[in-house]
Amino acid sequence: MPVITYREALNQALREEMRQDPDVFIVGEEVAEYQGAYKVTEGMLAEFGPQRVVDTPISEEAIAGIGVGAALAGLKPVIEMMTVNFSLLALDQIVNHAAKYLYMSGGQYNVPMVMRAPTGVGLQLGAQHSQNFESWFVHCPGLKVVLPATPYDAKGLLKSSIRDPDPVIFLEHELIYLTKGEVPEDDYVVPLGVADIKRKGTDVSIICYSRMALFAMKAAERLEEEGISAEVVDLRTLRPLDVDAVLESVRKTHRAVVCEEDWPMCGMGAELSATIMEGAFDYLDAPVKRISGVDVPMPYAKNLEKLAVPGEEDIYQACRQIVAGEI
Amino acid sequence: MAITRSRTAEEELLQKIPREEHLQMYRMMVLIRRFEEMAGKMYMQAAIGGFCHLYIGQEAVAVGIQSALRPDDYVMGTYREHGQILAAGSDPKAVMAELFGKVTGVSRGKGGSMHLFDREKNFMGGTAIVGGNLPIAAGVGFAIKYRGGDQVCVCYFGDGAVNEGAFHESLNIAALWKLPVLFVCENNLYGMGTQVTRASAVPDLERRVVGYGIESAQVDGMDLLAIRKVAETAIQECRSGRGPFFIEAKTYRYRGHSMADPATYRTKEEVEEWRVRDPITRYEKQLLGAGILTDDDIQNVSREVDEIVEESVRFSEESPLPAPHELYTDVYAAEI
Repeated sequence: MPVITYREALNQALREEMRQDPDVFIVGEEVAEYQGAYKVTEGMLAEFGPQRVVDTPISEEAIAGIGVGAALAGLKPVIEMMTVNFSLLALDQIVNHAAKYLYMSGGQYNVPMVMRAPTGVGLQLGAQHSQNFESWFVHCPGLKVVLPATPYDAKGLLKSSIRDPDPVIFLEHELIYLTKGEVPEDDYVVPLGVADIKRKGTDVSIICYSRMALFAMKAAERLEEEGISAEVVDLRTLRPLDVDAVLESVRKTHRAVVCEEDWPMCGMGAELSATIMEGAFDYLDAPVKRISGVDVPMPYAKNLEKLAVPGEEDIYQACRQIVAGEI
Repeated sequence: MAITRSRTAEEELLQKIPREEHLQMYRMMVLIRRFEEMAGKMYMQAAIGGFCHLYIGQEAVAVGIQSALRPDDYVMGTYREHGQILAAGSDPKAVMAELFGKVTGVSRGKGGSMHLFDREKNFMGGTAIVGGNLPIAAGVGFAIKYRGGDQVCVCYFGDGAVNEGAFHESLNIAALWKLPVLFVCENNLYGMGTQVTRASAVPDLERRVVGYGIESAQVDGMDLLAIRKVAETAIQECRSGRGPFFIEAKTYRYRGHSMADPATYRTKEEVEEWRVRDPITRYEKQLLGAGILTDDDIQNVSREVDEIVEESVRFSEESPLPAPHELYTDVYAAEI
């Protein structure tokens, strides 16, 4: 099976869907001539032309509106926000419109749109370019939220998202675009709303998504050397959330470490903790341990940034402690 | 673009439009007026909840614009859209039932006064975020162009919306890409309680679009024939692929912003001045004067419309509420 990068996997997904469905198009800032700010759309202008790979002015609300309106009229737009930080300028379209049309029209108008955006911390990008907003989107009924961690999932989930009849927020971590993995060349999809047990284990469940899933895999390898068997539950989709997969794992391991790069307040970690309390309380041998980004705007200085971002070591230490009964 | 009205132009249009169409437009204006008066009454009786924004006074705008459309064109309304959806040809019973929150309503009782939708009529709502429908109209225009169609998307908004960022982003992108969107600004002088002169640095709203190179026109929003005339020109521009068009219709709402608003920010004299220019009375006089309609026709319309409105109330009262399970349906189109 070919080994390609996460970025190439996304590019494949977009091309395959655009080849087989003329209603699919991509629109956003720098997606065409510039080949994508993060090069996800590289080569696509040449293949599909400017009618289907569409550069826009810097107008995020209009970009989102182009997506919503085109979707209402029956097309399947993929809108690209250059980064998730800029998508805040389009929140009215996403939250008040895309997420609401089907419901407030009594089922008449669905919005089959995908909003793609790079997300997460970068390397010394400072407070306005190092953020995660998945919890904002996850909060809204009507939206689906997808954060793939591997090239295989990235391709399969993006294809599913494009074919989905509902608005999907598809968030790609900036620091994993160059990670590599096996990706089939054939037409496969990964269903939305289904978690993936990336590693089986019996002592502790590491519940995670996006880049944190990659850290969890590395932490699990180190833990194994010490005789600790960690199960890595990669959620992949945050809404709809695969609650069954989370609870099944926790009922088996009796311990849960929930991980997010995002800030802790009202985040996925808090949601997962509540989900586990409601569905697996009697199975727990220890309180749920939450790992998150530090609750501050992102600093620029390298040493401070390092302190703010959670990683493999945090997961490793948390698992050791929870298994040792120190939490 | 300056639209000049002269008596001859008015007479020309009166004669050009077939009698049956005049009758339809007149009937629709009266229907909207009576429907809205009834909605106000039902609101006072608590049969209608939430916010209720009446279209009384502005009837000529929706009827004049939409009478010039084809059935496959699209319309995006505002939260003051009862008149717009009726002008789109939706069933008054289903519109009234929606205000009552009944399952027989156009949006199955889940939208309410501000979220009226009718897919069969290409009426795309019903949005209650000022300016929020402009980017979406650009998206509909994009889809039309993407498919090589010659439809038009009409997008209504008020004088308040021109100060939203969405207005400027949308006009720029629609002009840049030559999208077939007819932007219709219903300037009724007040964004809620704030007069346009207190909100817009340039209160002459047509001038606000000059920077986007969009063809535009100002029109008397109380004059059905004038609106119809400019709508025909504007829609032809959009259809021909020359890009969007902007119409500023100077109009007035007789009632407050919503049923909860006593409108103390304006004088009775001002309201009376506008009532003298009532669009229905004016059109009625024109039709009678030209011998297109008779007094009998006028009385027949009045009787027919009253029956339709009363029937819409009866239908709404008798209709069931949405079943409890409807709470959970239509959140997603896909099975979850």
